[in-house]
Amino acid sequence: MTDQQIAPALGALVDLGLPGIGGLDNVPTAEHPQSAKDFTSDQEVRWCPGCGDYAVLAAVRSFLPTLGIKRENTVFISGIGCSSRFPYYLNTYGMHSIHGRAPTIASGLAITRPDLSVWVVTGDGDALSIGGNHLIHALRRNVNLKILLFNNRIYGLTKGQYSPTSEQGKVTKSTPMGSIDHPFNPISVALGADATFVGRAIDSDRKNLTAVLGAAAAHRGTALVEILQDCPIFNDGSFDVLRKDDKENRLIPLTHGEPIRFGPAAEDGLGTHAVVADGLTLKVVEAASVDPSRILVHDADNHELAFALSRLSDQDLNHTVTGIFRDVNRSTYDDAARSQVAAAKEKGSADLQSLLNGRDTWTVAG
Amino acid sequence: MTTGDIDVGDIPHSSDVPAPQTRDRVVIRFAGDSGDGMQLTGDRFTSETATFGNDLSTLPNFPAEIRAPAGTLPGVSSFQLHFANYDIVTPGDRPDVLVAMNPAALKANIGDLPAGGILIVNTDEFTKRNLTKIGYDADPLEDGSLEPYQVHPVAMATLTRGALEETGLSKKDAERAKNMFALGLLSWMYHRPSEGTERFLREKFAKRPELAEANILAFRAGHAYGETTESFAVTYEVAPAKLQPGTYRQITGNTALAYGIVAAGRVTGLPVFLGSYPITPASDILHELSKHKAFNVTTFQAEDEIAGVGAALGASFGGSLGVTTTSGPGVALKSETIGLAVALELPLLIVDVQRGGPSTGLPTKTEQADLLQAMFGRNGEAPLPIIAPRSPGDCFDAAIEAARIAVTYRTPVILLSDGALANGSEPWKVPDASALGTVDPNFATEPNAPDGSDEFWPYLRDADTLARPWAVPGTPGLEHRIGGLEKADGRGSISYEPDNHDRMVRLRAEKIGGIRVPDAEVDDPSGGADVLVVGWGSTFGPIVAGARRVRGMGHKIATLHLRNLNPFPANLGELLRSYRTVLVPEMNLGQLVMLLRARYLVDAQSYTKVSGLPFKAEELQDVFLGYLDGSHPSSGERGPAPQGVDE
Ligand code: SF4
Repeated sequence: MTDQQIAPALGALVDLGLPGIGGLDNVPTAEHPQSAKDFTSDQEVRWCPGCGDYAVLAAVRSFLPTLGIKRENTVFISGIGCSSRFPYYLNTYGMHSIHGRAPTIASGLAITRPDLSVWVVTGDGDALSIGGNHLIHALRRNVNLKILLFNNRIYGLTKGQYSPTSEQGKVTKSTPMGSIDHPFNPISVALGADATFVGRAIDSDRKNLTAVLGAAAAHRGTALVEILQDCPIFNDGSFDVLRKDDKENRLIPLTHGEPIRFGPAAEDGLGTHAVVADGLTLKVVEAASVDPSRILVHDADNHELAFALSRLSDQDLNHTVTGIFRDVNRSTYDDAARSQVAAAKEKGSADLQSLLNGRDTWTVAG
Repeated sequence: MTTGDIDVGDIPHSSDVPAPQTRDRVVIRFAGDSGDGMQLTGDRFTSETATFGNDLSTLPNFPAEIRAPAGTLPGVSSFQLHFANYDIVTPGDRPDVLVAMNPAALKANIGDLPAGGILIVNTDEFTKRNLTKIGYDADPLEDGSLEPYQVHPVAMATLTRGALEETGLSKKDAERAKNMFALGLLSWMYHRPSEGTERFLREKFAKRPELAEANILAFRAGHAYGETTESFAVTYEVAPAKLQPGTYRQITGNTALAYGIVAAGRVTGLPVFLGSYPITPASDILHELSKHKAFNVTTFQAEDEIAGVGAALGASFGGSLGVTTTSGPGVALKSETIGLAVALELPLLIVDVQRGGPSTGLPTKTEQADLLQAMFGRNGEAPLPIIAPRSPGDCFDAAIEAARIAVTYRTPVILLSDGALANGSEPWKVPDASALGTVDPNFATEPNAPDGSDEFWPYLRDADTLARPWAVPGTPGLEHRIGGLEKADGRGSISYEPDNHDRMVRLRAEKIGGIRVPDAEVDDPSGGADVLVVGWGSTFGPIVAGARRVRGMGHKIATLHLRNLNPFPANLGELLRSYRTVLVPEMNLGQLVMLLRARYLVDAQSYTKVSGLPFKAEELQDVFLGYLDGSHPSSGERGPAPQGVDE
């Protein structure tokens, strides 16, 4: 898909029928159309051959110009890990920071600079292990940041230890007898932290990835996008079942307002499988086997539904939900912080001398 | 006399009160249970004293627990105030007057009261049960053990309750105002103005006017009690001090530091962003700054210490003055981010209000043991400038100076305050806000590649300061990426090249080493001293006071106070080498002395104490005397300090 094709698609995808202001409001728009080349830095990209990060980088480079904002007002901040080299390869402002802390740095930047589009690039170890605390607090606070969580379920940069998203039983350098750690489900974690925007895409699925990124950019508040990413060196083919022939029986794409159907097309053109409620949980059934009214219609406003959908995805990848789980409006921390400062400026005096004097002074005569 | 006899209306001025005795200086210590409001009482007496025009210095001392078990020794909270008719530099060694609100307060503090000192005791708390609780077998008020002191037993709770009879307050609520009774009594004894306290109480309890009135009644009752009972025959007068002409106010170190940060925003023209996490004894800076948003100050209470400094660094990247405030344990957590700031070469102000360590240590007590942490507490060679204020008021100037260095040299700066400065207060000559100067942040706006191409090199240094350009996001054409990985000199791209790393490590060190700081000054009024006492931070007061004492005895001694701890003043080595003896008193186990010995190869001597309390002037006097040689009057004949040259 070329940039030109993406742009109109984005417009359609961004509008989820939700009210409110957009994530890019206050960010100055570019005077001239920009291309992927404009967003490409002169640095040689140094991921391993076949790394899923290449596909994401290519998608992001093509996607950024479609936002129509000034390149110099775009900032990428990363932590530590393979994916955290990302900022070096984009010709925007960028910072390659320290392990797990990118959301904190991005928060300070976003609070003080409403004219910037601020992106965080992080991985499963960076975001969910060492930086777990910052991640959940950024999400609950709802600072206007976009967090791209590259989940390859392994530590790549340190050469192959299990990560907080690795499957239980996984044999790695640090778990020769198999991992005994129960993994995080990043989408469930984000929804548990009351994130206002949560989405998931697969590195190789450019169309869906671009769509989710577009909606994230348009969302005002913290957006978390989990990108399932292949690490051919230390966790080769970990998501292959989601790319192979049978993938349509596993992938459950979400579209706001549409029935949740997937799999080979049935007679009505929709998927043969469907998601229905089963008490307080969800289950996958054959669409034809249930009354159509029982088939759930996706509602990105519904927190409980989003959480239940996140639980369908298990370690074995039998069902992997993609798309936008949740997209709701809630006041953002940075807007609120700035409006308090603005209100104080309007109301209070900023006379430094009277601040220093305080209320009780006395004079010593010369 | 029954309480009904006390006139709790307007304070009468009877004519048969004997003339007050004059004093040059007085030290008062209020001591009670944590719940007795001793800090508030001390604060109010301080304000009255400041308004009156005395010079003063205070030492609050309280437990880390919010409400330690009532009536126990660990629960004792005290507030010491030293005021005088001349310039003083310490909160005083020993109280002249001790107010003890309960037996625990008496037991914990009586050891500091010199013989002949005035002891005012709230007798209502001296019950059998309370005495046993803290291990008094006999009532000290009756067993003669207090004979060396001028004891004034006062049933403060009973008297307060009586004065508040008409208010309809419960017995318990009424008794709570007994601290104001004590304040009223002391205010009467020392002729303090009372309008400020009454106004303060009305404002503090604006939402509960009945409590305001009750406290005012108790305050007046204490005043009237002093005046009408025979027990207190004398009052004392301490004339206003002859301070430098100007407008003064009373200020604590934490407030002065917060104002300094606000002023630094003005001076640099930058918005201030504070990222912080609550920690004793630094939280008051966060509280204070959060009130001053009108000055373009944003405060962010982060999820932890690391997030506090991370957000501040992010704000600095965006062109704000990023600030984080904490204490020693917080600095430990922030270390990695501070190291990143060293590598990024961005301005950042880190305030460490030091407390007793290691680990959680003594959260409410003072110490100076973070100097080496500030100096070296990061991985790799990560030098940064360090500044330490010397007094509560000096925290203001130190904050501005730290911001000046941070912005000019694009570097994180650590400001080392401590618990004694943070909560201690003194009269402060209010600076002229229009004369604070300016610091130009000098943001980069143009490509700077030496080859004339339109590239931007983020690590191309200023030839004079070695500072790199600060290009903030939003500046067209200067898009660049920085990070914790080593950067190529100039161009700033990632570089693993061995020679480049060696060069960059040295360049960063050279930049910090080359920061211009004022020369150190020696104070040696008579000249010719051969002992030089070197101090830093809050030991300034006790060192000066100790030196005044030994000079008063006819000795010569020189003092030098270091405000810039990294880099040191350029003339420091020469000064140190020109004295026979260099002595460094510190509230740690010898951190500055280690730096001085290593750096200048001088055989500097160390005197250390880590009790959680500031040095006493008398203690340092004795230490100094031990170092003075035999050509001076024998150090064995130490007389009491002469009047007027005291601390
Ligand atoms: S180790 Fe894995 S994640 Fe890292 S660059 Fe190589 S392939 Fe990519």
